[in-house]
Amino acid sequence: MNHLSTDTFVSFVEAYANRLVEMRDVLNNLDNRIGDGDHGTNMARGFSAAVDKLKSTPPPDVAVGCQLVAMTLLGSVGGASGPLYSTVFMKLMAEWKGLTEVNRVQLQQGLQAALDGLIARGKASVGDKTMVDLWTPVVRRLAETESVWDGADLMAVVKEAVLGTKDMIAKKGRAAYLGARSQGTCDPGSLSSALFFEELFAAVLPKGAERIQWHTLAL
Amino acid sequence: MAHVSIVVVSHSAKLGQGLIELLKQLAGGSSIHIVSASGLGDELGTDATLVLRTLEDCPADSDIVVLFDLGSALLSCEMAVEMLPEGCRQRVHIVDAPLVEGAIAAAVEASIGGTVDQVIRRAVEAKQLAKVNH
Repeated sequence: MNHLSTDTFVSFVEAYANRLVEMRDVLNNLDNRIGDGDHGTNMARGFSAAVDKLKSTPPPDVAVGCQLVAMTLLGSVGGASGPLYSTVFMKLMAEWKGLTEVNRVQLQQGLQAALDGLIARGKASVGDKTMVDLWTPVVRRLAETESVWDGADLMAVVKEAVLGTKDMIAKKGRAAYLGARSQGTCDPGSLSSALFFEELFAAVLPKGAERIQWHTLAL
Repeated sequence: MAHVSIVVVSHSAKLGQGLIELLKQLAGGSSIHIVSASGLGDELGTDATLVLRTLEDCPADSDIVVLFDLGSALLSCEMAVEMLPEGCRQRVHIVDAPLVEGAIAAAVEASIGGTVDQVIRRAVEAKQLAKVNH
């Protein structure tokens, strides 16, 4: 893979924000069925604000970029996804302190630390129908892959993980009040995390990564 | 001299403000510091940076009891506490209590000079409070 430079990081966050805007209605639709219906709106607003911040205050290194994103999300997302996605970027910041280029090992370690942080923050386990159900298999596959990262293989893991949340019964957040009625809908937080990894892989893999057609798959 | 501050964290700024109004009335003329860190700008939600600023603005010699409404408000509260300087963190107590009844019990206890442990206990006990006696 290519190194994640400071410029690539900024482009990645911008691409992710654009993708969230494009997928806002799909995320809201899923969240409407089991949550409070605003996950797409909240994420699009938060990451668009983060892009504005990165543009107005260009970060000197990747870690400072992560910090800007983390702090911006806290004051602009609301709901559980604000603190959770903010935790992701705070953990990345701590792992990548002072780096202007993140190599493959550092990227994998950063994402592992972010997953550990997510679990500590949200107290969710695998199977609770949360973003942890997306992050866990993806981060595991990155750790297991000794040769080059294969975009198609990684996207297959992402796709399976999102669709795998469909039959789970939610144990966290507003959806948990629904009990068994939360079955039959993909977890919106897993989908927004899937978009995170799609855009991250597209940014660092030389061949890019093909986007999944979530409009038809997840709804 | 009051030593317990109370911070209310709700997804709704209006709910937070209304509750503070009620608490100040119930706490009588006491001078305890009761404030809201609620809402996300004009939106529903919680803002960990607002919670952080509100905690920092509490009197420096006070213990701080924090009450919140929904689980995601807890995440914002925890993040705010982690962003405080290390020496300040142990002054903050996030309490597992119903927001309205717990805050009322806490405010009354704090207003009559209760210790932080007593204030926390009153707030937690509000979970078991029987409101209708048949």
